Amino acid sequence: MVKEFDIPILPTYLETPKLKEGVMDGEGPFKSAQEFQNPLGFPGEKVDNWQKVAIDKIGELKSKYRSVQVFLDSCVKCGACTDKCHYFLGSSDPKNMPVARQDLFRSVYRRHFTFAGKYFPKLVGAKELDDDMLDDWYNYFHQCSQCRRCSVFCPYGIDTAEISMAAREVLDVVGIGQKYCNQILGKALTIGNNLGLPEPALRDTLLDLEEEIEEETGGIAVKYPLDQKGAEILLITPSADFFAEPHIDGLIGYGKVFHQDGVSWTLSSYASEGANFGMFIGSYDVMRKAALRIRKAALDLEVSRVMVGECGHAWRVAYSFWNTLSGVGVGAADEFSQKLQDQLDHRYPQPQHIIEYTHDLIQRGKLVFDKSANDDRTVTFHDSCNVARATNMGGILGGQFILPREVIKAVCNNYVDMERSTIKESTFCCGGGGGLLTDDLMEIRVKGAVPRMQALKTVEKDNGVNTLAAICAICKSQFSKVLPKFDFDPYMIVSVHQLVSEAIIMDRRKIEVQEDKSEVD
Amino acid sequence: MSIISIFFTALFYISLIVFLVGMVKKIYQFGITPAPLKIPIAPTPLTQKGVVMRIIREIVLFESLFRSNKWIWLFGWLFHIGLLLISIRHIRYFWPDDLPDIFLLTQSFKYAAFVMVFGLIGLILRRIFVERIRYISAPSDYLMLIMLLIIGISGMIMTFTSNHTDIIMVKEFTSGLVSFNWKNLPTEVYFLIHIFLVFVLMVIFPISKLLHIPGIFFSPTLNQVDDARSKRHIAPWALKQEQEHATQLEQILGKDE
Repeated sequence: MVKEFDIPILPTYLETPKLKEGVMDGEGPFKSAQEFQNPLGFPGEKVDNWQKVAIDKIGELKSKYRSVQVFLDSCVKCGACTDKCHYFLGSSDPKNMPVARQDLFRSVYRRHFTFAGKYFPKLVGAKELDDDMLDDWYNYFHQCSQCRRCSVFCPYGIDTAEISMAAREVLDVVGIGQKYCNQILGKALTIGNNLGLPEPALRDTLLDLEEEIEEETGGIAVKYPLDQKGAEILLITPSADFFAEPHIDGLIGYGKVFHQDGVSWTLSSYASEGANFGMFIGSYDVMRKAALRIRKAALDLEVSRVMVGECGHAWRVAYSFWNTLSGVGVGAADEFSQKLQDQLDHRYPQPQHIIEYTHDLIQRGKLVFDKSANDDRTVTFHDSCNVARATNMGGILGGQFILPREVIKAVCNNYVDMERSTIKESTFCCGGGGGLLTDDLMEIRVKGAVPRMQALKTVEKDNGVNTLAAICAICKSQFSKVLPKFDFDPYMIVSVHQLVSEAIIMDRRKIEVQEDKSEVD
Repeated sequence: MSIISIFFTALFYISLIVFLVGMVKKIYQFGITPAPLKIPIAPTPLTQKGVVMRIIREIVLFESLFRSNKWIWLFGWLFHIGLLLISIRHIRYFWPDDLPDIFLLTQSFKYAAFVMVFGLIGLILRRIFVERIRYISAPSDYLMLIMLLIIGISGMIMTFTSNHTDIIMVKEFTSGLVSFNWKNLPTEVYFLIHIFLVFVLMVIFPISKLLHIPGIFFSPTLNQVDDARSKRHIAPWALKQEQEHATQLEQILGKDE
């Protein structure tokens, strides 16, 4: 079922490819079965009157989302976005050009909702939503990681992610859901995390981790509290952090930082997941349900701060949407939100990113590092798309670019940035975001990684970069899989807090030595 | 009045009404459609002032387009700035009396027609010869450019060649349209083509991609302040839903503990 494909050869310079129509045509990812569809409120299979259902849904979405309405109407087909998508650059399929991807949706919108499209469809490129079109929707809207790079370059700020989310919502409503996202959402909404780790398994994992760290640090007891009522900080992190490398090394880093600060903190077994896949499928309601679990956990555990670990989409949902969806922040009026707001400590931003927290501690001289511990590394930083383009850190302009780099530079001696047009607000996606991190989409994941890999290859050659740091679980998972396909070391991808973890000095005696040394300097 | 003058006079009011009604409807639609989530796009301003500056830079300088592609930016910007200057110069034709002296300054704006036509030709050539732009173009995308090009060239023929239209008559006709003091129009062919296509443009404005003009002001990725943590942003439909389901949801969520 999964297509064989050739691994692309990395170009020396990234060039806009010649169009190869249809190279990425196909079935799309595995479809979601009834058992994953129904709990989310979607039909289990394609409904009989799917065309009508779909058109009605498009009408509803365009009246509920200004983004959808304005973006469908405003595009002038200038072409500014055509060479900006990593999936187009890597695959050459013209339907992966952002405007062409949107046009799959826009042409149907025009046919049914605009004067020109109703009466002069050929003239304005309006089309019916027939079986072929529906297949194209399913296939190509699952070749979009909703990374929003195209919209940075659009003169009207048209955001393909909004259209792609709307399209996926329409598909879900007619009964054609994507298995990977919807299955995961089922787990997150019942068990509390995307991996489906129940409370006992989570507790075991954390205990093992405590032992491991104690051994490694020579007897320093770094704790990983779970469901500890009355802790100051509730940490919400991607469940990948509990599971495998390189993620777990980041979790070790967070624990060490909390330990050094002496703050009380906890994880929640009820809401142990940061990543909110409700965003990927464009469902406000599902996204809200997932966000409400976190509010409930914060209330039940009586914490005064809510913090988010290294996860791109989690941080976007937390930073931009939590206040809207569930009142984590300020200004919501319902009973539970008000209770939470009274409980939260508003001297800190709510929610706060772990990078903001560590950065602040570094600024205040609360952490001591031996930077030479990372001397075997020359590090570059991959700006994860949702952190870079949709959120802020530290409340300063461009803080989301500045803070992670400052943290890395505080713990490493060798840091190099990749080429300017491939980082910060123009960063290239890892290729696995937006609900694409599934093996049935390996071809588009590998091809979509080409622009990022090309920029990485350049700094590897020119500057000897051997470490790629990131603050997103999807980026880390994607890179672990994709790096070896382009002759990189799969272990070169690390969490930023892994670098912190390696350089942080936990031992009081060693801290004193280090402080003496810095006085001499 | 001649039949053709009556025809063009009526056409003017019809297109104007279609334009105004269509645009008001569309702007109203954009305005009442809620933006349920904060979705500003980087580089994101953190203040309202920053947002205003950003939109001004987008409108005046086409900042994002410049970042994207220098050729599209060059042609697109030249076309728009040319069109703007030319349009300002056209105020003289609609001014019912003698022109205030300030309009002497706009005399040289007629040369902006060259800039506009140059930009348009660039955009058309791009659409034809760049493979990926050709792929995304519908017939209407070409037609729009060709129409603007004909408007520009017909205007230039009347201004810069010996094919001068009776300018006094033009002024009497056009200023008569706005002051309801209807007069005959010159029936010179370039002039008729010129104003006919301008009327067509007015009619298709609210039903075409020309909606990018109001659209840019309503684009939530551009016009939102990045202050989600300090200020709650919620759409009316979402708030209603929240009020209706609040307790119920909390109960559902509590169940599986």
